[in-house]
Amino acid sequence: MENVDLTLLHPLLEKFSPEGRTALLPALHEVQDLYGYVPEQAAVEISKSLQVPLADIHGVLEFYSLLYNAPVAKTVVHVCTDPVCAMAGADSLFKVMNRKLELHELEGEDAPAITLEKAPCLGLCEHAPALMVRDKPVAPASPSTWEDIVTGKTYHANPIIAGDISVLTAGCQRGKPSKLADYLKVDGYSALQKALQISPEAVIAEVKASGLVGRGGAAFPTGLKWEGAAGAAGSPKYLVCNADEAEPGTFKDRIMMETMPHRVLEGIIIAAYAIGAPKGYMYIRGEYTIPYRTMSQAIEEARQAGYLGENILGSSFTFDLELRRGAGAYICGEETALFESIEGKRGFPRAKPPFPTTSGLFGKPTVINNVETLCNVPIILNGGAANYRKIGTEKSPGPKLFCMSGDVKRPGLYEVPFGVTFRHLLEDLAGGVRSGKQMRAALFGGAAGAFAAEEDLDVRLTFEDLRSAGLPLGSGVITVFDETRNMLDICLRLARFFAEESCGKCYPCQIGTQRQYEILQRVVRGDPLRDDFQRLQDLGQTMTDASLCGLGQTASLAISSAMRLWPELFQPKLWY
Amino acid sequence: MTDKITLTIDEQTVAVAPGTTILKAAGQIGIEIPTICFHDYCTSYGVCRICVVEVEGSRTLVPACIGKASEGMKVHTRTKRVETSRRTILEMLASSVDLSEAPGIQEYMTDYQANTQRFPEARERKPSVLDDNSLFIRDYAKCILCWRCVQVCADDAQYAYAINFSKRGYETQIGTFFEKSLPATTCVFCGQCIGVCPTNALKPKREYLLQNGLSEDEIMKLTRSQRKRRTRRQISSAEQSEEE
Ligand SMILES: Cc1cc2nc3c(=O)[nH]c(=O)nc-3n(C[C@H](O)[C@H](O)[C@H](O)COP(=O)(O)O)c2cc1C
Ligand code: SF4
Ligand code: SF4
Ligand code: FES
Repeated sequence: MENVDLTLLHPLLEKFSPEGRTALLPALHEVQDLYGYVPEQAAVEISKSLQVPLADIHGVLEFYSLLYNAPVAKTVVHVCTDPVCAMAGADSLFKVMNRKLELHELEGEDAPAITLEKAPCLGLCEHAPALMVRDKPVAPASPSTWEDIVTGKTYHANPIIAGDISVLTAGCQRGKPSKLADYLKVDGYSALQKALQISPEAVIAEVKASGLVGRGGAAFPTGLKWEGAAGAAGSPKYLVCNADEAEPGTFKDRIMMETMPHRVLEGIIIAAYAIGAPKGYMYIRGEYTIPYRTMSQAIEEARQAGYLGENILGSSFTFDLELRRGAGAYICGEETALFESIEGKRGFPRAKPPFPTTSGLFGKPTVINNVETLCNVPIILNGGAANYRKIGTEKSPGPKLFCMSGDVKRPGLYEVPFGVTFRHLLEDLAGGVRSGKQMRAALFGGAAGAFAAEEDLDVRLTFEDLRSAGLPLGSGVITVFDETRNMLDICLRLARFFAEESCGKCYPCQIGTQRQYEILQRVVRGDPLRDDFQRLQDLGQTMTDASLCGLGQTASLAISSAMRLWPELFQPKLWY
Repeated sequence: MTDKITLTIDEQTVAVAPGTTILKAAGQIGIEIPTICFHDYCTSYGVCRICVVEVEGSRTLVPACIGKASEGMKVHTRTKRVETSRRTILEMLASSVDLSEAPGIQEYMTDYQANTQRFPEARERKPSVLDDNSLFIRDYAKCILCWRCVQVCADDAQYAYAINFSKRGYETQIGTFFEKSLPATTCVFCGQCIGVCPTNALKPKREYLLQNGLSEDEIMKLTRSQRKRRTRRQISSAEQSEEE
C-alpha cells in the first residue's frame, strides 16, 4: 500500500465528521485537493470518520469521473470532444497535444507531469474548442496552448451576452462578476424585501400567476411545484438549486452564476421563504470552478449584509445555503440523482413517484429548481406577475436565455422574449451561419434534444410552437451545423456521450446506450449490418419507453430525428 | 386501511388494498408478469424493467414491480409496445452476459421470441472468474446487475456492506473496496448473496469445482487446505496478506 501522510487529514475530517455521510463528496474533494487523488488509506479514514462502509466509498469513488483512486499527474488536462468542440477541431487538438506529451516523455528528464483526458462538454461551447486545465477553463484553445499549459498559464475568453431584451441579464457585464453593490444598483434584493412583507402563500400566488415554468428542461410550472412542497407533510423542507448544467451545448447557468450571482441567490432565498425551507443546497457541476468561486463570494457578501442567515432583513425568516461541488457525472443533473449525490451516494436516479415535493432530499419535501428559473423570481416579484406576462407569449410568458453555439458567427448567450423566431435568433442576433455557408441542421435541446432543419427556421421559439413542430426547447440550447458538417459523426458523438454518462442502473439505458454507440460506429465506418436501421429503432423505442429516468428516455431522440431527416445516411444505397 | 382500490388489468377488474403494486394485483387474478430483478425479500428498485406494462394516460411504460395500483387505473400487460420493450431488453441481456445458467431468463427468451443473436458484434462483459475464498466463486461474466447481492449484503439482510459497485453505465460491475479479495473485506461468508443470485454468477465453490471436472475427493482436499490457509492468515495480520 502506498504511504501517505495522514496527519494533514485529521483536522479536515474532524470538520466533516458530525455531518456523516452527506459530507462524503465534500470530504473526497478536499482529500483529493490535498493528495492529488484519494489514497486508499485516506478512504479508510473517511470511512471511520463519516461512518460510511468501505465498499460504499469505493462505489462513490468509482462513479464520479473527476475523482481518482490512484495517483494522476499533477496537471490533468481535459479536452472536450463533444460536437461543438469537435467542430472547432478538438480531435486534432487532442492529437497534437498527445504527440507533444509523448515527445516530452521520449526526451525523458523534463517531461511535464501532465495527464491528458478526453472529456464530455465542459459548458464553454461559445469559446470552442475548450479545455480544462487543473480545474481551470482554457478556451478557446489552440495547438500553441500547450506551451501555456506547460508553463502554467490559463485564460478564458469573455462570453457574448446580448439579445433583444435585458431582463435576466440586466446588469450582467462580460467577464466581471457583479458584487453586491453592483446588484443593489439594479434593484438587487428589493424583491426579497417585498416578498418578506407578504405571506409565503402570496409569493406562491404571484409566481403561479406569472406562468413561470422550469427552465431546466422539463418545463414544469414553478408555482405549482412550490405549492406542492409548501403543503406537503414533513420537515424540514429543502430548497435545492440545480446548477449541474452539463447538457452538451449549454452554458447559460454558468454565465448567470459568473456575472450575476446575487440574482441567482435572491431567487433562491425567495423560493425558500415561499416553501418554508430553513436550509438549501446549491449543486454546481464539478467542472465549474469559477462559478463556484463567484457563488461562494456572493453568499459570503449576502450573509454579511443580512440577506442570508438568521432573521433575514429583520423578519422571522431564517435560511442558509450550502454550496456543493459535483464530481463529473451528467446524470447528477437529474433531480433525484442530485439528491443522492448530496446524500453521499452514487448518482443513481430514484424511481418516481414519490416526487421531490413530497419526498426529496433526505426524504423530505423539496423544491428543486434550475438556476435560470430562479433568476426569474426576483423579476416577477419586483414588477408583478402582470408586468412579467407582458414579455413573451400568452402560453410561454417571460424572457428566455438561449445558448447559441456551433457554426454561427457570434456564439454566445442571447436573451429574448419567448416568441421570436429561430431565424431571428440565428440571423439577426448570432450573425447567421459562419463563413457565408448554409445551415444544414440545428440541434435543439442538446444531446437529449432533436435536430431541426432548414424548414424549421421560421418556427417561433415558444413551448407551444416547438411542441407542434416536434422539437424540444430543452434548456434553451441550440447548436448550429453548416452544410459541410458530417451529421453521422455528430450522431456518433452524441451516442458516445450517453454511453459514457449512463449511470447503469436500469437495463434499457445501461445496455441500450452501449449498443446504440456500437451500431453507430458501424454506420460511421460505412459498413452497417443489414438490420441496423431496425435495430436502432427498437433500441430507441425501448430506451424511451422503459428507461427509469430522463437520460435513457431521451438518449435516442436526436439520433431518431437524424434517421427521420436523413435516412439515406443510415442505410447504404444498395438496400433500398 | 379497509378501503379497496379497483383497477382493471387486461380488461379484468380487480380490487386490492391501497399500496399494492401492479405486479401483485395482477398476480391476484392469475396474470403473470415477468420479473428479473424483483425478489420478495429485497427492496425493489426497478432496475431490469422487464416487468413494464402499459398504463393508460402514462407517457412511458410503468414497471409493475414498483408501480402502485390506483383507483380506476387501466393496465395492459401484453401490448405490442410492452412486447417490444421486453423482447429488446432480453436480447440486449443476451448480447452482454452469459445466461447459460439462468433458466428463468431463458424461458422468457422463448416466451418473447427473443433472438439471442439480435446484437451481433456487441462487446460482451467478460471479466474472469474471481476465486478468492473457500465458500463461493464470483463469475461476473454471468452477472446481470440485478443488485440483489449488494442489497442482501447491506440493509436488506446482513448489514455486512462488503460489496458495492465499480465503474458505471455498461462498465458497471459488482466490486469490493479497492477490488480487494473477499476475505480482506467485511464479508462474513453468510452466503445470502449466493442464495439470491439469479444467474449463478455467485456459485458455491463445490459446484464450481465439480463443473470443472474435479472429483469429490480432490475438492475436499482443496477446500480443506484453503480453509487452513485462511485461518493462518487471520492469525497473522490480515492487512499484509491482502497484497499477496
Ligand atoms: C439526465 C438529466 C440531466 C439533467 N440535468 C439538468 C441540469 O443540469 N440542470 C437542471 O436545471 N436540470 C437538469 N435536469 C432536469 C432536472 O431533473 C429537473 O427537472 C430540474 O432541475 C427542475 O428545475 P426547473 O423546474 O426549474 O426546470 C436534468 C434531467 C435529466 C433527466
Ligand atoms: S435511464 Fe440511464 S441514467 Fe437513468 S436510471 Fe436508467 S441507466 Fe441510469
Ligand atoms: S452477482 Fe448475481 S445477484 Fe449480484 S448483481 Fe450479479 S446477477 Fe445479481
Ligand atoms: S422486475 Fe420490475 S424492474 Fe425488474
